[in-house]
Amino acid sequence: MAHTFTRRVVLAMTASAAMVAGSVTTALAEGWKPQKPVEMVIMAGQGGGADRLARLFQSIIQKEGLSNMPMLPVNKGGGSGAEALRYLKDKSGDAHVIMATLNSYYTTPLRTDIGVDIAEFTPVARMAEDTFLLWVNADSGITTLDEYVAAVKAEGTGWKMGGTGTGQEDSLVTAMIEGAFDIKMTYVPFQGGGEVAKNLIGNHVNSTVNNPSEALGFYKAGKAVPLVAFTPERLAAFPDVPTARELGHDIVYAMQRSFVAPPGMPQEAVDYYTAMFEKVSQSEEWKTYVAESALMPAFLTGDDLQAYFLAERDKHAKILETIEAGS
Amino acid sequence: MLTADRLIAISLMALSLYFMWHATVLPIGWNGMTGGPGGGAFPFWLSAIMLACSGLILLRTFLPDARASFTMDSTMLRPLLAVVIALVVTIALIPIAGAYVALPLFLLWYLRIFGGHGWTLTLSLSLVTPVVTFLFFEAALKILLPKGITEPLFLPLYAIFF
Amino acid sequence: MDVLALLADGFATSLSPLNLMIVIIGVTAGLFIGAMPGLGSVNGVAIVLPLTFIVPPSSAIILLAAIYYGAMYGGAISSILLGIPGASTAVATTFDGRPMAQQGKAGLALIAAAVASFVGGTISIVLFTLFAAPLANVALAFGPAEEFALVLLAFTTFVGLGGDDKLKTIVMICLGLVLSTVGLDLISGQPRLIFGDIPGFYAGISFLVLAIGVYGVGEVLYTIETSKTAPQVTPARITWRELGNGLREMNRLWKAMSIGSFLGFFVGMLPAAGATPASLMAYGIARQTSKNPKSFGKGNIEGVAAPETANNAASTGSLLPMLTLGIPGSPTTALLLGGMVMWGLVPGPMLFIEEPDFVWGLISSLYTANFAAVAINIALIPIFVWALRMPFTVLCAIVLVLCIVGGFAPSQKMHDVWLIAGFGVAGYLLRKADYPLAPLVLALVLGPLMEKSFRQTLIAEQGNVLAFVERPLSGSFIAIALLFFALPLIKSLRRTGSRGVAPAE
Repeated sequence: MAHTFTRRVVLAMTASAAMVAGSVTTALAEGWKPQKPVEMVIMAGQGGGADRLARLFQSIIQKEGLSNMPMLPVNKGGGSGAEALRYLKDKSGDAHVIMATLNSYYTTPLRTDIGVDIAEFTPVARMAEDTFLLWVNADSGITTLDEYVAAVKAEGTGWKMGGTGTGQEDSLVTAMIEGAFDIKMTYVPFQGGGEVAKNLIGNHVNSTVNNPSEALGFYKAGKAVPLVAFTPERLAAFPDVPTARELGHDIVYAMQRSFVAPPGMPQEAVDYYTAMFEKVSQSEEWKTYVAESALMPAFLTGDDLQAYFLAERDKHAKILETIEAGS
Repeated sequence: MLTADRLIAISLMALSLYFMWHATVLPIGWNGMTGGPGGGAFPFWLSAIMLACSGLILLRTFLPDARASFTMDSTMLRPLLAVVIALVVTIALIPIAGAYVALPLFLLWYLRIFGGHGWTLTLSLSLVTPVVTFLFFEAALKILLPKGITEPLFLPLYAIFF
Repeated sequence: MDVLALLADGFATSLSPLNLMIVIIGVTAGLFIGAMPGLGSVNGVAIVLPLTFIVPPSSAIILLAAIYYGAMYGGAISSILLGIPGASTAVATTFDGRPMAQQGKAGLALIAAAVASFVGGTISIVLFTLFAAPLANVALAFGPAEEFALVLLAFTTFVGLGGDDKLKTIVMICLGLVLSTVGLDLISGQPRLIFGDIPGFYAGISFLVLAIGVYGVGEVLYTIETSKTAPQVTPARITWRELGNGLREMNRLWKAMSIGSFLGFFVGMLPAAGATPASLMAYGIARQTSKNPKSFGKGNIEGVAAPETANNAASTGSLLPMLTLGIPGSPTTALLLGGMVMWGLVPGPMLFIEEPDFVWGLISSLYTANFAAVAINIALIPIFVWALRMPFTVLCAIVLVLCIVGGFAPSQKMHDVWLIAGFGVAGYLLRKADYPLAPLVLALVLGPLMEKSFRQTLIAEQGNVLAFVERPLSGSFIAIALLFFALPLIKSLRRTGSRGVAPAE
C-alpha cells in the first residue's frame, strides 16, 4: 500500500519518471539480468556525434524494452576520452558499466601515457562505422578533387582546413590527404563537428572532413559540396560522390562506433549486453538512422571485435608516427 | 589582522608559482608559424601576472598606513572549523558508506549537536532528506548517487522504480 | 500572413487539454530542477528525450519546451534565495538578487525575475517568429575572431575600471582564467595543468563546481561566522496583496528589461556565445546606463531584471542557430539537436521549408510554455519565500547537503565534491580578505571561449594579430569593448573637468 502511494507521488511529480516506470519491459534472455541501472559511459562530451549516437541507442533500448533496467548515459569526455578510459579501468569486474567508444579509444592511449591498455577491456559490440567526406563551400566553385588540389596548391600554406581537436580523427584524415597529394594546409581545430560545418558555410575555413550527419543540413540546402568519400565503396546516400580509391588514392578511414565493457566483466553479463545490442542492430529505428546518416552498418562482436580493435590500434600508431615525423 | 592578509597573499603567490611550473609542460612562447601562443602560454603568463599582483598586495601590507581587510571574531573559529571538519568527514564517508548513510549522519550532527535543535526536527529532516533525494535524483532524474557498501540494500528499490 | 497561419495551427495543437496538462507538469518539474543548485534544463531534457519516442511527437516537443522554460525560470530561484547560481546563466542574477533577499525583499526579487523572464522570453519568441530565417546569416558571419571580440566585450561591460580594489580584482580574474585552462588543450590536443595526472582534472574545472563552492559552501561559512554578531537574514514574508503590488511595480523596469531582451536575443543567437555572456552584458549595460550605478550589487531591482530578461531571451535565441544551422549553443540545445536527429529531422537551412509543422509547433509551444511558466512561478513565490524563514542553522545544513548532492549530480564524480569543499573554504577566506569573487567566477565562465577563439583566429590568420581589428565586425566589437572599459574613467574625468576648467574644444 505504502509503496503504491509513493509510486503515485512520483507519477504526479514528473510525467517523465512515470512513463519510464510504466513502460513495459520484457525480459531479453533467461539467466543473467542487470540488477541495477546500467551506466553507459560516453567517451565524449554532450552534443557530439558519439553522444548523440549513444543516446539514440539508449532510446531504442528503452522503446523496444530490450533491458529490464534503464541505461544511464554519463559523459566523461575529459582529455579526449582519457577520463573515460581510466574510469572504465577502475571499474574492473563491474557488470553494470558499458562504454560507447569512438576512435579516440585507440588514439588517446597512444598519444599520452594514461596507464590504460585497451587489450584488457572486454569487447561487446561494434554497431557501425561512420564515414568521412571532403567538403567545400558551394561558393568556392570547386566540384572535383583535382580542382581542390589545384586550389590548395595555389593558396600555399594559407588553405584553412577545419576539424575537431588536434590528434582527433579529422586531423588524422587531414594528414592523410596532405601526405597523398603532397600539400600543406593550416589545420584549425574547433570544439565539435557542428561548429566545424558552420565555419565552412560562414567561409571562416576553406574545407572540412565532416561526417555526413554533421554537414547533411547544409548539403541538402546546397551550401556544402562533398568532393570525395574516404570509404571503400560509394555511399548510398551520396551516389555521385566518388571514393578516393576510384580516383587512384588509397585513403580509407572510418570512425568506429562500438561498445566495450570493463576488464573482467562476468561472461554472462557480456553475453547479455551482446545479445541486447544485436537486437538493437536489427531494430527499424536503427536501420532508418543508418540509412539517413550514411553510416556503414558493421555489426561485430567477441574475439573478432577484439582483433579488429588491436589491428586498428596498430594502424593508428603508424598514422600518428608519420604525422609526428612530418611536423 | 594583517597577518592573515599577508598569509593569503603569500598563498596566492605560491599557487601562481605552482601553476607556472605545471604550465611549462607545454610551450609557453609565441610561435608565428604555428599560430601564436603555445598551449602553456595562457596559464603561464596569467599566473605570472597573478604572482606580480599578489606580490604587490603583500608589499602593500607593509606600508605604514596599511589597514587589515581581514577581520575575524576569534570565538567563531571553533564552530567554523567544526563545520569544515564535518563536511570533510561526510564527503570522505560518501564513497564508503554511501550518500544515504553519510548525509543523514551529517544532518544529525549539524541539527542536533551543532544547531541544538530538538529531536523531532532533527530526526524528521534526517529521514525526509534521503527519501526526497532518492525520489528526486534517482527515481525521477536517474542520477545514481554513490552507495558504497549499502549497494545491495538498494537492489529491491531499483526493481521497483525502474 | 503565412507565418501566422502556420503559428495558428501550432497553437491549435498546443492548447488541447492533454497538452496543457503536459505543459503544467513540465513547467513545474522544470522549475524544481532549475531551482536545484547544480541541475539545470540539461538534466530535465536528458531525461525526457528518450520518452519522445513513446508519446506523440507534438506532445513531446511541448514537454521539452515546458521543461526548458521551467528550468530557466527556476535558475533564478536559487540565485536569489540561496545566492548559489544554479547555472552559469544565472550568475549575474545573484549580484543583486541575493542582497535583496538579505534585505527581506526576496519576494520582490522573485517577482522581478519571473516577470523579466517572461518579458525576455516573449520578445525573443516574437523576434524569432518574425526574423528566424534572415538572422541565420548573421550567425554565420561569426567566426573565431568575432567570437573573441564578443567575449572581450562581455568582459569589459562587466568589469570596467573602478569599483573594488584593482590589484585584487586582477588577481581574481587571472586566477579564474588560469583555472579555466585546466584540462585538455583543444589546439594542441595535450592535457595541461592536471596536477600530477589526477584524472578528475582531465575534464577541466566546471563553472558549477566553482560557483557551488564559493557561493554555496563559502556563503554558509560566512553566515556561520557572522551569525553571532550581525543580524541574520531578515525574515521574508509575502502576502497576496504584496504580490499584486510587486507586480505593479514592474513597469519601472521597462528600461532594464528592454536592454535585456534585445541584447539577450541577439547575443544568444550567436552560436558560441549563448546566454551567459548575454546576461552579464545586460547587467553591465544596465549598470552603466543607470542613473544610480553605485546601488548595483547592493540590491538594485534592475540588477535582477536585466540579466533575467537577457538569459531567457538568449536561451530562446539560442534555438535559432540550432534549428537553422544545426549548431548547439549550449549543452541543452545540443541534446535537443540530438533528439531532432533521432526524430529523423535534419536541422539546417531547409528545416523551415521541409518541416514547417515541427518548427511552428515548437514555436507555439514556446509561447504556451512561457505563459504557463510565469503563472506557475508567481503562484509558487510565497512557498519559496516561506522556505527562507527557516532558522539559519536548519537552512545552512540543508544548503550544505544540496551543495554536496548538487555538485555530484552533473558529472557524477566525487572529485567535483572535493573541489567544491576546497573552493568553499578558499572562497570564504578570499572573501574575508576583500578579494572580489564575481570576477573569479566570470573569468572561469568566459575564459575557455576567449582563449580558444583567440588561438583559432591566430592559427587561421597565420599569427597575424591585426586580424582582430581588420575584420569589420570584430573590429567594431573591440572598439565598443575599449569604450566600455574606459567609460567609468571618462565619466569621472568629465565630472572633474566640468567642475574646473571648461573642456577645451
